[in-house]
Amino acid sequence: MDPVLDIKQLTMDFGGLRALDHIDLDVKAGEIAALIGPNGAGKTTFFNCITGIYKPTQGDMFISPGGKNRIRINGLKPNQVTERGMARTFQNIRLFQNMTVLENVMMGRHCRMRAGIPGAVFRNKATREEEKRVVQESYEILEKIGLEQFVNEFAKNLPYGAQRRLEIARAMATEPFILLLDEPAAGMNNQETSELDQLVLKIREEEHISILLIEHDMKFVMSLSDRIFVMDYGKKIAQGTPQEIKSNPAVIRAYLGEDVDA
Amino acid sequence: MTALNEIKKSLLVSIWFMFLTFPIMVIKVNTVEQTISWRWNRLAAVGIGSFCLSFVWRYMLKRKETGAKKTALGNGGELSAVQRLLQNPRFFKPALLATAVFALIYPFYFSMYQVNIMTTALIYVILGLGLNIVVGLAGLLDLGYVAFYAVGAYSYALLHIHFGLGFWACLPIGAGLAMMFGIVLGFPVLRLRGDYLAIVTLGFGEIIRLILENWNAFSYGPSGIANIPRPGLFGMHLTIHQSLIYIYFIMVAIVVFTIFVVRRLQDSRIGRAWIALREDEVACQATGIDKTKTKLSAFALGATWAGMGGVVFAAKTTFINPASFTIWESVMILCIVVLGGMGSILGVILGALILMLLPEYMRAFSEYRMLLFAAALVVMMVFRPNGIISAVRRNYEFKGTNEKETA
Repeated sequence: MDPVLDIKQLTMDFGGLRALDHIDLDVKAGEIAALIGPNGAGKTTFFNCITGIYKPTQGDMFISPGGKNRIRINGLKPNQVTERGMARTFQNIRLFQNMTVLENVMMGRHCRMRAGIPGAVFRNKATREEEKRVVQESYEILEKIGLEQFVNEFAKNLPYGAQRRLEIARAMATEPFILLLDEPAAGMNNQETSELDQLVLKIREEEHISILLIEHDMKFVMSLSDRIFVMDYGKKIAQGTPQEIKSNPAVIRAYLGEDVDA
Repeated sequence: MTALNEIKKSLLVSIWFMFLTFPIMVIKVNTVEQTISWRWNRLAAVGIGSFCLSFVWRYMLKRKETGAKKTALGNGGELSAVQRLLQNPRFFKPALLATAVFALIYPFYFSMYQVNIMTTALIYVILGLGLNIVVGLAGLLDLGYVAFYAVGAYSYALLHIHFGLGFWACLPIGAGLAMMFGIVLGFPVLRLRGDYLAIVTLGFGEIIRLILENWNAFSYGPSGIANIPRPGLFGMHLTIHQSLIYIYFIMVAIVVFTIFVVRRLQDSRIGRAWIALREDEVACQATGIDKTKTKLSAFALGATWAGMGGVVFAAKTTFINPASFTIWESVMILCIVVLGGMGSILGVILGALILMLLPEYMRAFSEYRMLLFAAALVVMMVFRPNGIISAVRRNYEFKGTNEKETA
């Protein structure tokens, strides 16, 4: 079985700056993988490259939904990447602030809906049923994520932790096989983080969605992930299980700096 | 204590104003007789006037702030009294009926002049509703909207001259051509947003106007095109009065059609995509929405209504020239949308009626029109930044029953 996400030799240059330097990374089906590294290591750039927001300079990116039908996703637009089943969240929350919580999730279902302009104007049976179905499905997703008490609130009025979860709900609504989470626990308190922990596990167990996440909270990363990739200055410096990473000298050096006496 | 403070601040403002206006308002030099007259009563007027204005302004701001604090605690949106009334079906239905009856009997009870200005106002209603799709829903600041209006008007005039086509044939053709121009403008500006988009659309509007002004062989230049026929009614001969009433009813029908379509569009998959695009472009794409399609459809649909409005405008005035399609028109339509309430259908309708009809009824103040207009805009932006009637749609949503089934 192919890995669901397979990145080979991904390189991204911004002018003379090499933000990503021949990165290899793969996520297997049903796996929770983490991408860690000091600030400015290129983690978010990596996400932006594979979701089509940036065009990588070099390298190949493949996805295989369900472990088969390997597709090359170089050059696809962000919405096409999402359509093919790779959904993401953002480091700085990017919700549709002036839409309700339910509408935010409904936007996620957009690419799974068909109704066009004529459908909207004539409101034929197919459109009406689709609309009804989407409201229903979106509400069910909110229930799974545990946001059902906020359905009619504006997204901007939600507490911070709930906004983060709503972003995940919106991404889930696109029916992904892999979910990319960019610092999902940033700014959360301990309780919110442990709730998020449960949520991520639940998504993996119940929805069978693979997860690749960027995170700085080491406790969160170590307890959750099956494998960890470590980046520094645009290069991948290590990969392995949490145990291996904890004792990897290169990782310790990247995080704590060189020992002067050595 | 705070009241005293406010008075003190307002006093300062009035002193400052008296000082500023002193040279022009108070001193009057008569160069012939070489005398200076001091008009102290004017100084007092400026002082008292600015004191009162400043005080009222401060008071309103205070009230707005405390009001905002209160509503921020409530859930979701803050509904104004008008919106609450409208959501009440016991009020809404009779109101709708009354409006319909009024619209139907209007031309028979009012003079030709009244019917005429009402028709113009209705044209601006559909222009406003069309621009509302682009600016209010999709959040694309379009300052060249009048270009599509011109396309509609000129397509009727030129198709009539060259091919003898009538109003009813030209209405869909004009709308279609404007839609195509909307797509033509849409393509190059796909990557732009905000100010950049505004500048490019502004340029586009001017290009269209300049082409019409200078390409004599095509558009008859600044002298325009005259003798455009009014719409026909099964070949019957209509007097001017009758055909004005006829155009009025055509406009009412188009307005009803527009409201119907725009309402449904807003509340659909594509309408939500427009709003999402306005809220956050990057997130919108990452959520799987095709940005290209969404933007182009907003431009195209917005332009369609401008094209229709243009055809009716040409038919109504029977004469068009490029002077009717200046940047000022675009600004006016944008003001209708912004003042009325971006994304709110009722707001835009009210905005169009107020902005188009008030100047007609207040001809006595026509010299101060721009001044009052500017003042109204400033006051609106400070106290009601969402417009006369802010958009309700994003708030109410189609819920209730669906959720209860699952719970």
